[in-house]
Amino acid sequence: MSVLGRIRRISGSLVVAEDMAGIKMYEVVEVGSEGLIGEVSRIEGDVAYIQVYESTSGLMPGDPVRGTGNPLAVELGPGLMSQIYDGVQRPLEGIRELSKSIFVKRGVKLPALPRDKKWHFVPNQQAKPGTKLSGGTVIGTVKETELIEHRIMVPPNVHGILKEIQSEGEYTVEDIIGEVESDGKKIPLRLYHTWPVRLPRPYLDKLEPTEPLITGLRIIDTLFPIAKGGTAAIPGGFGTGKTVTLHGLAQWSEAKVVIYIGCGERGNEMTEVLERFPEYKDPWTGRPLMDRTILIANTSNMPVAAREASIYVGVTMAEYYRDQGYDVLLVADSTSRWAEALREIAGRLEEMPAEEGYPSYLASRIAEFYERAGRVVALGDPRRVGSVTLGGAVSPPGGDFTEPVTSHTRRFVRVFWALDTALAYSRHYPAINWLLSYSAYADTVSEWWRKNVNEMWAEDRKKALNILYRENEVREIVRLVGTEGLSETDKLVLFTARLLKEGFLKQNAFDPIDAFSDPKRQYKMLRSILTVHEAISSIISQGTITMAEVEPVITDLVAQLMRGRYTIPHDKLEEFDALVEKILEKLKGLQHAR
Amino acid sequence: MSAHIKDKKRLSGVLESKEVMMIKGPLIFVKASSGVSYDELVEIELSSGEKRRGRVLDVSTGVAVIQVFEGTTGISTTGTSVRFLGKTLELGVSEDMLGRIFNGLGDPIDGGPAIVAEEKRDVNGDPLNPTSRAYPKDFIQTGVSAIDGMNTLVRGQKLPIFSGGGLPHNLLAAQIARQSVVRGENEQFAVVFAAIGVKYDEFLFFKKFFEETGARNKVAMFVNLANEPAMIRLMTPRVALTLAEYLAYERDMHVLAIITDMTNYAEALREVSSAREEIPGRQGYPGYMYSDLASIYERAGRTVGKKGSITQMPILSMPNDDITHPIPDLTGYITEGQIVLDRGLYNRGIYPPINVLMSLSRLMKEGIGPGKTREDHDDVYNQLYAAYSRSQELKSLATIIGEESLSPTDKKYLRFGEAFERSFINQLPTENRSIEETLDIAWNVLSILPETELTNVRPQYIEKYYRKG
Ligand SMILES: Nc1ncnc2c1ncn2[C@@H]1O[C@H](COP(=O)(O)OP(=O)(O)O)[C@@H](O)[C@H]1O
Ligand SMILES: [Mg+2]
Repeated sequence: MSVLGRIRRISGSLVVAEDMAGIKMYEVVEVGSEGLIGEVSRIEGDVAYIQVYESTSGLMPGDPVRGTGNPLAVELGPGLMSQIYDGVQRPLEGIRELSKSIFVKRGVKLPALPRDKKWHFVPNQQAKPGTKLSGGTVIGTVKETELIEHRIMVPPNVHGILKEIQSEGEYTVEDIIGEVESDGKKIPLRLYHTWPVRLPRPYLDKLEPTEPLITGLRIIDTLFPIAKGGTAAIPGGFGTGKTVTLHGLAQWSEAKVVIYIGCGERGNEMTEVLERFPEYKDPWTGRPLMDRTILIANTSNMPVAAREASIYVGVTMAEYYRDQGYDVLLVADSTSRWAEALREIAGRLEEMPAEEGYPSYLASRIAEFYERAGRVVALGDPRRVGSVTLGGAVSPPGGDFTEPVTSHTRRFVRVFWALDTALAYSRHYPAINWLLSYSAYADTVSEWWRKNVNEMWAEDRKKALNILYRENEVREIVRLVGTEGLSETDKLVLFTARLLKEGFLKQNAFDPIDAFSDPKRQYKMLRSILTVHEAISSIISQGTITMAEVEPVITDLVAQLMRGRYTIPHDKLEEFDALVEKILEKLKGLQHAR
Repeated sequence: MSAHIKDKKRLSGVLESKEVMMIKGPLIFVKASSGVSYDELVEIELSSGEKRRGRVLDVSTGVAVIQVFEGTTGISTTGTSVRFLGKTLELGVSEDMLGRIFNGLGDPIDGGPAIVAEEKRDVNGDPLNPTSRAYPKDFIQTGVSAIDGMNTLVRGQKLPIFSGGGLPHNLLAAQIARQSVVRGENEQFAVVFAAIGVKYDEFLFFKKFFEETGARNKVAMFVNLANEPAMIRLMTPRVALTLAEYLAYERDMHVLAIITDMTNYAEALREVSSAREEIPGRQGYPGYMYSDLASIYERAGRTVGKKGSITQMPILSMPNDDITHPIPDLTGYITEGQIVLDRGLYNRGIYPPINVLMSLSRLMKEGIGPGKTREDHDDVYNQLYAAYSRSQELKSLATIIGEESLSPTDKKYLRFGEAFERSFINQLPTENRSIEETLDIAWNVLSILPETELTNVRPQYIEKYYRKG
């Protein structure tokens, strides 16, 4: 029996309804004659406070409000991949076709997964009638895209004896492909199941993130790496490069599945992904990026209540692919807009505000979100290890990192890529400030680099960072007393830091060669710069030759080395060696002339 | 969305209440029996017979909170009658609106004939479906080097001008409106101009400008002056953009929407919010200001399968020239870049005083390059940014340690910076430079630097353009 009440009050996205006895917290309701979707966010007696996910324009007191009996849930099954959904999992492509309008009209209802499409289901050998199944067990597979073999799992909360399973063949998501008997009850199995978005999906065990998630972005992989199953935040004022960096992660990361949430940001940024990803190739597999990507779009002008939900919708899908045993990357642009949606909702409920109008539970909500990241052993058979890596943009007002969302986020993430307005103004992109950023995974992932790329990775990484740290101090000195009193070593630090910045840290996201560097190329570039640094260091330490003499001799070659990031492609890495070789020769010549 | 209301139980349409319970700031609280809908348009008749309009901001069984566009001055709890009109605020749109002048709610004020509407549109609009958008890519040549070379505008972009009192933002906006072309095209264009709380002389400046350029019959002006009611300001940009959407998506026109001054809009928003005693976000502005501004700025773009487009150029003044103030800050978070005017440059006589380092065009990358502007554009622009920011750094360093202690190369950077401002950024308000001229000037100033400093430029372009002028 579903609850049926009526509207008492409407104020923005908030609808207050009476006669709602029996309604549950977070239950989804249908509001008004069009059945606009909303969610219960507070109950007082028989009065329910409802956040409506669509425009409430035109609703009236007295209009009906109907409970659905269910919490906000997503459909999980084949057909998710390559889709673009709104904040509550409505397929935007489908809405456009159905409404024949360029605008998103409200009240349009469509299932998240296509109902008519047939999938080729291949049952698992082990899934024979009579076997005991636990929640999460894989009973078969469907080829969802060229890249994704979709593993059909028993829903996490279902277990029992497999009574029946269909043979290999074509099925829609709603066809019954099997049946489980549990405590005398028969439960049908389909290619999809639903899961409430605010409830993290269960897993068997959480593991330590040890493997880097290679992103192809040099400053990230080499200086501030993220691990599979890790958490990262990228805060920065407007125009500092949050979105471009997150697009880069979505584009280049070595993840099996990517979920991109456009949470309260620009419509054109979603369009950009939609236009680019079907054309661009995943550098790891050579397939169109869209084959592994799901987009969720609640743009800044879409209803704000759905913005709050969009984050949970996305992370639940991420967990679902994690449970299949895949490495999933979820990026959310921007978590600040989600936090603002929380604030707006709390404000309408007249909740007591804490800092800057945000509700007092802001910190715990941020913590809960990032807690859904992790590398886990999934439930059921066979054993599968999957991960959800979370990366969130943070948009601090006025670029002020002390504001509540940034400062709370900092407490719950392990990687912090701090964007810097001054770097962005000079078009040093990515504008990740190397003095303020950090990664707690640098040590754990060094083992991987040591084994797969170079023994000396950790040492060289530290060397580079130390040069950059020292450069900052030297610049401070210059600001106070000028360049006169600098030692030759300090002058070398300034020289190498420039080389590192121009030739390594800067990375143009729109240049075909520069945009992506695999680990080998990254290390080659870094090592080249350090080799030059070390050679010069050994010359000037003898005290007879100065930086003023060194620089003119190699300036031409050094300019070429700096251009290498966008002129020397992956298959010509030996050109870096050749350049370094030439520089070393020039240096030798300089010494011999003495 | 007015259709939603009409369909329902209030078939008669209009509902009336004579019980005004409370008046507070721009709001009146009215007793109303059932049947009032959220966001509904109302007409308020004062005892004097004067009629005003407003909209329902909050409605519960028995009470409706109404924001009165023309303000509450003179409204009394007695003798006032409020009629609920059964629809949201709509604009009757037509191509004939070009060449005409309207008030901030869309009524003609130029003495011309009434508009025969082709259709009526809810002024709030609907969000564009991201799957129907087409990514903006067509280079608009504005003839202004600091924009074309460094912060390229493309068709369908929303690119605001961040300015301050006394800076020449109007002159610049007018220059852009006059000079803008998409090269190799001769398509239908129109200008929709929204004045929000501006002074009369500013309105006059634009009016005269449009007349003098002969563009008068391509322009529709929506005007709310500084001495007119503030609540109307919340509707003016929406009304103007409603016409813009009609012209772009139903009449295949390329529309340039100039909206000035968004700061006055945000102030009106704050006024309503504080009258409603809402919990404020930063500096007293409502927590939902971001979403609210987005519902205006996002009404720009191109769409799949439609010829027309809306390019938005909002103008806003930064209170105390502070770019971190919530109004420019939230705007910058929504728009696709910003053109920032700088008092220092202005005082040194540079026109347009565009601070290129703080300015940004996020859609530039797709609009430049071979076939669009020129092959070297991308590298040149990167190099100009790197070099100019270096020159600014050195300039401030030189004030501390003295110019003579800079290295010879560093001194060249100082000369470069000077030349960049004097000959690249600086130009006449009437000067219309082609993109080739802009890039040639860029190479002239870059040629001040030694070749080895140009690490952002590919060797083949250095070969072709460096020190060739
Ligand atoms: N890695 C990069 N390479 C080249 N340009 C970049 C890069 N990162 C940012 N940009 C430039 O900066 C602009 C703003 O970046 P964006 O990511 O949109 O900023 P945010 O999301 O922080 O507001 C982009 O439009 C682009 O021009
Ligand atoms: Mg962004």
